[in-house]
Amino acid sequence: MARIIVVTSGKGGVGKTTTSAAIAMGLAKKGHKTAVIDFDVGLRNLDLIMGCERRVVYDFVNVINGEATLNQALIRDKNCNLLYILPASQTRDKDALSQEGVGKILDELKKDFKYIVCDSPAGIEKGAHLAMYFADDAFIVTNPEVSSVRDSDRMLGILSSKSRRAEQNEDPIKEYLLLSRYSPDRVKLGEMLSVEDVQEILSLHLLGVIPESKSVLNASNSGTPVILDEKSDAGQAYADIVARYLGEDKPHRFIDDKKGLFGKLFGRK
Amino acid sequence: MSIDSQQNSNHSPILEFKSSTFSVPILVLASNDIITIEQQLQDKVNLAPEFFKNSPLVFDLQELNKHDLDIDITALTKIIRKLGLLPIGIRGGSTQQNKQALELGIPVHSGHTVTASSETQKQQVPEPLEPELESEADAITTTMITHPVRSGQCIYAAGDLVILAQVSAGAEIMAEGNIHVYGSLRGRALAGVQGNTEARIFCSDLQAELISIAGNYKISEDLHGAISNQPVQIYLQNHTLVIKDI
Ligand SMILES: Nc1ncnc2c1ncn2[C@@H]1O[C@H](COP(=O)(O)OP(=O)(O)O)[C@@H](O)[C@H]1O
Ligand SMILES: [Mg+2]
Repeated sequence: MARIIVVTSGKGGVGKTTTSAAIAMGLAKKGHKTAVIDFDVGLRNLDLIMGCERRVVYDFVNVINGEATLNQALIRDKNCNLLYILPASQTRDKDALSQEGVGKILDELKKDFKYIVCDSPAGIEKGAHLAMYFADDAFIVTNPEVSSVRDSDRMLGILSSKSRRAEQNEDPIKEYLLLSRYSPDRVKLGEMLSVEDVQEILSLHLLGVIPESKSVLNASNSGTPVILDEKSDAGQAYADIVARYLGEDKPHRFIDDKKGLFGKLFGRK
Repeated sequence: MSIDSQQNSNHSPILEFKSSTFSVPILVLASNDIITIEQQLQDKVNLAPEFFKNSPLVFDLQELNKHDLDIDITALTKIIRKLGLLPIGIRGGSTQQNKQALELGIPVHSGHTVTASSETQKQQVPEPLEPELESEADAITTTMITHPVRSGQCIYAAGDLVILAQVSAGAEIMAEGNIHVYGSLRGRALAGVQGNTEARIFCSDLQAELISIAGNYKISEDLHGAISNQPVQIYLQNHTLVIKDI
């Protein structure tokens, strides 16, 4: 059975697109045919992160309007042939997407793909609503700060009451917490919430912590999802997240400061 | 208007009808004395001003009509509005009253409608009773919530409310009866919202933004001293909220 994953947060700039690109690549690399869809109509930056912006001919809205077929619009990734990107339109306004249209496209994708990753726009308006409506799983991307956590909480409320699964009384959407742009140093200084703080406020299953990392900017500048930078901390964090999502048991990393030699020798926390 | 918006309307419907049920306070009248009604309704509103502010209300005239007591719909509507409530329906009205209500833009609710013949049947005049507020849901039931109540969500229970998970900051839970919260209570909790001063709030971890019983409330600023990191109960004593460890 295909699964639809929405990457959402409520707040903007927390790392949804970075995460969508990374986990879609990660799932495809693990051998699962995956499509990643940009729901941020009007802004369009998933294709930049995926490095396929110069190969965009048709977009999501063209397919909904019947101006192109899904096959014409899907772009095969240059690094992994099991990964496809459905770009957003830069020129249309946000209202170009309809629930019926989105539903139809997702149904069609489900026949052919194992995972469909939906990169949600910020906010709780129509675009974000459509991105999460059909989801089976939700990756809630949160930064360790109060306003981001509050927005995530609000989004969780919407997932549990306004999604298709909620409306049809099916099993609820499975919710996972991805704590992004985490910096243990700043937590220590009291400038950021800790993992425990966030988990206590949201009471949500933690899928992984992604450290604040320069490698994310480098990756987006070069148009390759950061997960392909296997040496980077953020890349490894996303690899762990994909593995855990697929059921592997991986201890959490990047929560504490890098342990010194002393700490390693004596196994101290 | 513009060509753009016309095109849009071809693709996506701009409206849809959905049906749902919700609980609305019903004002059951047993007297047609407008002045007394106003007084007693004012008293009720004072008990839970938060709850009644802009609350929709259906007024029920069945008792009056049973006893052949006519009432001035226009005057009644006026005082309801004056007290900050929003009349959204009439129930148990006579044909004439229904017509009057409709002219004031107040919909007629089916059920309990008194027919013309029964209007004249009963002659006995009742002793005037105080207006009684009852909820659409008749049976006192317990509403059980097993999932977290998130920011922006609102839960209303006609009876008791039991929440087995957390109530997030920015969420609101209301009950006509008692409230029990077994996760952290960080949002707003209002018990006895119809004026039941006996209602209580029980919670295992009190970090609420606001707690209220029958309209008597405390906000989180007032609660600081009361946070004890252990289960508490909150009840009313002489119009004051008391917070006690359990
Ligand atoms: N782990 C991280 N470390 C450092 N910068 C990050 C990280 N994740 C995201 N960013 C940066 O934050 C900005 C917003 O990220 P993006 O994925 O576009 O967020 P969203 O889609 O939620 O708006 C981008 O400039 C991105 O490079
Ligand atoms: Mg984005």
